[in-house]
Parts: sequence; C-alpha cells; structure tokens
Amino acid sequence: MNNNGILSKLRTGIWEDNPGLVQLLGLCPLLAVTTTFVNGLGLGIATLLVLTCSNVLVSATRRLIRAEIRIPMYVLIISSLVTCIEMIFLAWFPSLGRSLGIFIPLIVTNCAIVARAEVFASRNTISASFLDGIAMGSGFALLLAAIGAFRELIGQGSIMSRLDMLFGGEPMSGLVLVDGGFLLAILPPGAFISLGLFVAAKNAIDRRRHQTNRPISSNTLR
Amino acid sequence: MQAETTPSSWTSGLILAGLAAVCTALVAVTHSSTAPRIAANEQAYLEQSLQPVLQGIEYDGNLSESTITITPPHELPGDEDVPVYRVYADGTPVAALFVVRAMDGFSGPIRLLVGIDARGAISGVRVLEHRETPGLGDLIEADKSDWIQQFNGKSLTSPAVSVWAIKRDGGEFDQLTGASITPRSVIKAIKETLAYFEENRDDVFAVEPRSEAQ
Repeated sequence: MNNNGILSKLRTGIWEDNPGLVQLLGLCPLLAVTTTFVNGLGLGIATLLVLTCSNVLVSATRRLIRAEIRIPMYVLIISSLVTCIEMIFLAWFPSLGRSLGIFIPLIVTNCAIVARAEVFASRNTISASFLDGIAMGSGFALLLAAIGAFRELIGQGSIMSRLDMLFGGEPMSGLVLVDGGFLLAILPPGAFISLGLFVAAKNAIDRRRHQTNRPISSNTLR
Repeated sequence: MQAETTPSSWTSGLILAGLAAVCTALVAVTHSSTAPRIAANEQAYLEQSLQPVLQGIEYDGNLSESTITITPPHELPGDEDVPVYRVYADGTPVAALFVVRAMDGFSGPIRLLVGIDARGAISGVRVLEHRETPGLGDLIEADKSDWIQQFNGKSLTSPAVSVWAIKRDGGEFDQLTGASITPRSVIKAIKETLAYFEENRDDVFAVEPRSEAQ
C-alpha cells in the first residue's frame, strides 16, 4: 500500500471515523477510566494492542471463518489476547495495571474491537487489517488520552500526573496548576459532559472546514 | 470460504476446537513467562504497602512469612478472612498488622491495613481499597491528605474508647469536609480492631506461623 493510502487510513481512524468520537463505540471504558491522562493513555494503548493483534489474527484465520461460528471465534481470539495483555500489564506496569483494574479484562467487551473484526478484518488482507487496527486503535487511544487530560485538568488542576505508572521511576505529581479543581469533571457525569464537548468540538471543526471550503453555500445559508 | 468440504457442524466444531487450542497455548505461554514477574511484583507491593504502618518499628525477617489468617466468625470488622502479618524483632513480637474491611463506607466496603504495636497502640493505618467519592471521601488515602495520620500512636486508652469518633459526633478525631460517613466507618473499624487485639493479643502471636505461597 502506498504512503497516501496509509495516511488516509490513519486519518479515517483518528478523525473522520474515530471509533469513540464518531461511531461512539466502546463507551464503557471511555467514560469510566478517563479520570487522568495516564489512565486514559494506558487503557488506550492496551486497547490499541488488542485491536491490532485481534485484527491480524482474525484476518489470518478469515478463510476458516464460517458465518455460523464467527462470533465465537472473535470472542475466543479477543478474550485470549486480552488475558495476555492483562498479564503483560501486571508484569511490567504493575501500578498502572492496578489503577486500571477491572477495565483491562473488560476490553473484551469493547464493541469497537468486535466491530472491526466483523466489518474489516474478516474481509481484508493481513496487512490491511493490521493498518486498520493501528488506525482505529490510535483514534481510540488518542481520544481516551485527550479526554483523560481534559478531565484531569478541570477536575484536579494538574497535567500528566503519575506518568511514572507507565514509564517507571519515582511517583511524580505532574504539573500542578491549581490545587484542587472542579470535582464534577472526575465524577461520572463529567465523563459524559466531556465526551459531549469533544463530539461537539469535532463537529464544529468539521463544519467550519466545510464552510471555508465552500464559502458560497455558507453565505446563502444566512 | 466455499471450500471443498461440505459445511457441517462437525467442521465448524473442529475449527473452533483448533482455534481454542491455539488461543489456550498463547495464554499458557504468556502466563508462564509473566507469572514469576507478577508474583515478584505482588510481593514487592505487599512489602511496600506494609512499610507505612510500621513507622519507627525495628523488625527482622520477611513480613509475609509470619502471616496467619483469622477466619470468621471473629469480632474483627468485616465478615471475611482477615490476614494478619505478625512482626517480630529477635523473636519478640513487636507488632501485628490486620487487613480488615470497614463494611459501612459510603460506597461499599473500605479495606484497611491497621498496624498495632505490642503495647496496643496504632503504629499506622492505611487504606488499601475503597470506592469513596473522589475529592471528598477519598481524602482517607494517605496520598491525598494526612487525615489517616492522626491515628498514629493512639490506643484504646488514649483517647478513651468513648471519644473514638469524629468531632461532629462528640469525638476526638477530625472529620473530612463534605464526608462524614466515610471517616465514621474507618474510625469504627480501627476501634474494633484495637479491641480485638486487646482481647486476643496472646492468641494472635501464639498461632504457629503458616508458610504462605504468596
């Protein structure tokens, strides 16, 4: 695949067809763990790994897939991968693994992963599925990290605290801007509000872009 | 997909079984290569989390080796098995660390590590696990405020049992702004643990150490 194809694929996954922002898939982890940047990024990376590996495996076995057993096959592949990822997290990133807790095993239920297996990986080549996994996974991971950073900033007044959970070293408090913050942002309602703001921002950007591309139509609207 | 075999449930079953075998192998390999590391991490985490409740206490040996488990029914908070880490220096007991559950937290049980020295005074308390409200009830965590430090050195005689409560309830201990159920539940659990230790001190240290795998 040429460079242009790869870029447009990444663009689709990260912006135009972002699994969280546009397809609104996998909301359970998205809303639950994004209380800090490092949590969002950690689960984002875990999901990215699972999605890429599951796309590759599903694509590799796509000739064996029969319509009647495809869902059990996806579930088998995805749940084994998630189990492996969980063990890897507990072995190499123990504090992040503890902090994410049940949400690593719950990646199994992230419908964004089954959706990609069904819609894309089971019909395309291994390399295309790999790229699709990277693109969609990055889109999801970036969204999780962005919402995490946003909620952490509003809710705790800090930026990138506890990065040591991912990269090792002494516990670090990150950049503390204000002591304490607007509590609502870390509570569950804040998750919905933040996601709503992100979706609204994306739509606003898209609309503005659309308008600058076709100035005449925007004038006629007024 | 339209291969030469006739589609039958047998083939489907075989495909699934084959895939299951491959996936199981994958998990087994990952497990065997990560298991020692995970066990070491858990051990290190245990030692590290026991450290804060042993402030100023000299002890020897591996903490996890002298662990006993008190099984229900018992008078300790919570109705589950209570692991007790017993700490010795030169063969003399110097402290016992209880992992208890305060059952009446604001959102579910709060797991506490309560350290009591040989004289019956608190050597330190730490919250191990809780689901209290972020920003209000979670100030019981040592990382978030020094509320939990106020119990250091306290025992059932100082202050008296009757004032083992938050100030709002006429007690001796600070409350947390916006949360009173959480501190109440923590204080009650600590008090009950102290009372249990007072009653059963000899038994706690007498039971033969049970060597534990983890």
